[in-house]
Amino acid sequence: MLLNALIQIGLFTLIVTAISVPLGLYMARVFAGEPTFADPLLKPLERLIYSLAGVHPESEQTWVEYAIAMLLFSAVGMLVLYAMQRLQGWLPLNPQSLGAVAPDLAFNTAASFTTNTNWQAYAGETTMSYFTQMAGLAFHNFVSAAAGIAVAIAVIRGFARRGMKTIGNFWFDLVRATLWVLLPLSAILALVLIGQGVPQNFSPYTQVKTVEGAAQVIAQGPVASQEAIKELGTNGGGFFNANSAHPYENPTPLANLLEMIAILAIGAALTHTFGQMVGDRRQGWALYGAMVILFLAGAAITTWSEQRGNPMLAAAGASEQASAMQSGGNMEGKEVRFGIVDSALWDTITTDASCGAVNAMIDSFTPLGGMIPLLNIQIGEIIFGGVGSGLYGMLVMAVLAVFIAGLMVGRTPEYLGKKIEGREMKLAMLFILIFPTVILLPAAIALVTSAGLAGISNPGPHGFTQILYAYTEAAGNNGSAFGGLNANTSFYNVTLAAVMLCGRFLMKVPVLALAGSLAAKRTVPVSAGTFPTNGAVFVILLIGVILIVAALTFFPADALGPIVEHLAMVHGRLY
Amino acid sequence: MRLLIALRMTIVLTVLTGIAYPLAITGLGALIFPAQARGSLIERHGAIVGSALIGQNFSASRYFHGRPSAAGDAGYDATASGGSNLGPTNKVLIAAVSARVRSLVEKNPGTTAVPIDLVTTSGSGLDPEVSPAAADLQIARVARARGLSEDQVRDLVRANTRPRLAGLFGEPGVNVLLVNLALDRVSASPRPAGP
Repeated sequence: MLLNALIQIGLFTLIVTAISVPLGLYMARVFAGEPTFADPLLKPLERLIYSLAGVHPESEQTWVEYAIAMLLFSAVGMLVLYAMQRLQGWLPLNPQSLGAVAPDLAFNTAASFTTNTNWQAYAGETTMSYFTQMAGLAFHNFVSAAAGIAVAIAVIRGFARRGMKTIGNFWFDLVRATLWVLLPLSAILALVLIGQGVPQNFSPYTQVKTVEGAAQVIAQGPVASQEAIKELGTNGGGFFNANSAHPYENPTPLANLLEMIAILAIGAALTHTFGQMVGDRRQGWALYGAMVILFLAGAAITTWSEQRGNPMLAAAGASEQASAMQSGGNMEGKEVRFGIVDSALWDTITTDASCGAVNAMIDSFTPLGGMIPLLNIQIGEIIFGGVGSGLYGMLVMAVLAVFIAGLMVGRTPEYLGKKIEGREMKLAMLFILIFPTVILLPAAIALVTSAGLAGISNPGPHGFTQILYAYTEAAGNNGSAFGGLNANTSFYNVTLAAVMLCGRFLMKVPVLALAGSLAAKRTVPVSAGTFPTNGAVFVILLIGVILIVAALTFFPADALGPIVEHLAMVHGRLY
Repeated sequence: MRLLIALRMTIVLTVLTGIAYPLAITGLGALIFPAQARGSLIERHGAIVGSALIGQNFSASRYFHGRPSAAGDAGYDATASGGSNLGPTNKVLIAAVSARVRSLVEKNPGTTAVPIDLVTTSGSGLDPEVSPAAADLQIARVARARGLSEDQVRDLVRANTRPRLAGLFGEPGVNVLLVNLALDRVSASPRPAGP
C-alpha cells in the first residue's frame, strides 16, 4: 500500500510537471498576443466579441483602470446571477420545475461563484435548474477563472515592464484566457469525461424501478460540460450535492486522475508563464519548486493519516487493514473506486488549488487528515492556488521573502531587478493581513453567537473546526466544506458571502496596485550583493516564510480544533 | 461607458460559455457516447432498472448488498446525494458502525474480518461498488440463498470486478447492481433459503 501511494502521488506530480511547462509557455504567447496554432479558429471569434462588447483591446490600462474594469465586470456578473436564480421558475430548461432560490441563498451563491469560491449552501440537484447551472453557474466558472488569470498576467507584467504606467488591458486578458485557454481545454476534458460516464443531457430526472422493486429517481443534466470547467478553472462547485464524490461527476479512476490534473494544470503552468514573461525561466521554476514541496508534504500527511484510520472504528469491529482486497483506512465519506490514496490526494490538491471540489467528505476525515486541507487554505491558496490568484499570492510571498532576506543582510531588497520599497511592502502586507482578518474575526463572532453555533453538526472540537473551516475556505475562495455545518441560514449565507467578497476583491486591488507600482520602476543592475531568487536557497527561504506566516497567524486556532480532536481520538474520547 | 462594456461583455460571454459551449458538448456527447451521455442506464425486460454508475438499495439475502448510504432518509436517494458528514469523534458515527458490524456478522455467519467500506457510508451515498473483500464476505450467503455453488457466485463477482487503472490508480471495486443482475440471469427464480 505504501508503495502504491508513493507511485500514485509521484506519477501524478510528474504528469502535472510535464504538462505545466508547455502549457505555461503557450499562455505566455497567448497573453503577449503572439501567434499560436489556434489563431485561425479563435481570432475571428475574438474580434467578434470585442466588437459586440465595444472593447478596444489595444488600449492599455493603468492599474486603476484595470481594477475598475475587473470590479465592474464582476459586479454585473454577480447581479445577473442573483436575478437568474430568483427568476429561474420563469426561465427555460427547468424540467424539474424548480422554484426561485431564496434571497439570502441566491446572494450567497452569486457572491460565491463570482469570487471563484463556489461554496455551495444548497444541493444542486434540488435547487438549481439546468438553465441556472449552465448560463449562470458555468458562465461564472469560466469568467471568474479568466479574471483570476487576467490579474495574474497583469501582475507579471508589473514585474516584467520597466518605467511604464500601464499593466495591459483587462478585456483583452479576460477574452484571451477564456478563448485560448479555458474553452478548448474544457471542451476536450468534457468529451473525455462523457466517455467515462459523466452524463450530458437535458432530460428530466430518470424514474427507475430498482431490481428489488423500489422507486428511485436519478438526477442528471448537463453535467460533463460543467464538470470540466469546474476543475480547470479551480471553481469546484458541484453539479450535485456530493460534488466529485458523485459517480456521475467522477465515475472512474481515470476520470478522477484527469480531473485532479485539470485542477492543478493551469495554476502550475502559470509559474512558467511568469518565468517566460520576466525573461528568466528559472524564476518560474523556483516558485514551482516551492509549490511542489508544500504540495507533497500535505499529500503525504493526509494520506498517512487517512490510511492509519480511526482507532475507534477499528474498536467497533471494522477492519481498517489495507490489502489487495480493500483499501482499508478511514472509509467514512469516501468512495470505493478512489479508496484512501486518491481521496486524500484529491482533497489535498483541491485545497492547495483553491478549487474546493471534493471527491471525499472532509468533515469525516481523521482530525489530522482534515487539518491539512484547512492548513493548505490558511497558507493563502498559493500552493498552485486558484488559477491566477495562486500565482499572484505566491508572488506577494516572494516579495515578503526577499524583504526579510534584505533585512537580514542590511540591503534594500530587490526582486527581479525591482527595488522593493516602502510602498510595495505596505501593499504586500495589506494583502497578507486582510486574509486572516476576514477569517478569524467572523469565525470568532460565529463561535459566540447562537446563530453561529446553531450550524454545528458535530459536537466537541470538531464543531469548532467546522466553523473555522467555513470562514477559512470563504476567505481563500476555496469552496470546499466541512459539509455537516448547516450553513444555509441567513447568518451564514450573509456573513460567508461578505467574507468571500473581501477575500477576493479586497485582496485583488492591493495586488494590482503593487503591479502598477512595480511596472513604473526601472530595474537596477544585478550586482554581487543581489540575492538570487532563482535557486534552491530562495526556495527554502520562501517555504520558510510561508510556513512561519501561516503558523504565527493560525496555529492558536488550529490547536483548538483538529489538534485537540486528534488527541481526543487517540485517547478514545467521543462527543 | 465602462459599465456598458461590462454589461455587453457579460451578455456575449454568457452566450458563448453558458449556452453555446454546453449545447455543443451535449450534441457531440450524444453523437459519440450516447449511452454514457444519457447516464449509463440499464434496461431489463424493457424497463429501466437503474444506472450502472448509481448504487441502489439491496436487502434480500440472495442479492449482494452495497454500502450503507446517507443519501436521503432511506439511502440511495439519487436526488439527494451526500455523505453522513459525521466527524471521527462523533459518538453517533461510532454507534452506527458498531450496529452495522453486528448486523453484518448476524447475516453472514462465519465472518472474521468486517471490511471497513461495508460499514461506513460513502461520500456520495450512491457508491455503486463495494471492495472485493466486502463482496467475498457475502458470497457464501448469496450462494446459499440461491442454491448456487460458491464458485459460481465467485466467478460472477470476478467478472464484475473493476481493476485499478493500469494497475496503479484508484482501487478495485465490485459493481453491486451489475453482479446482482448477472446473478438474476443465472438463477432467475429465487429458491427458498436452506434450513
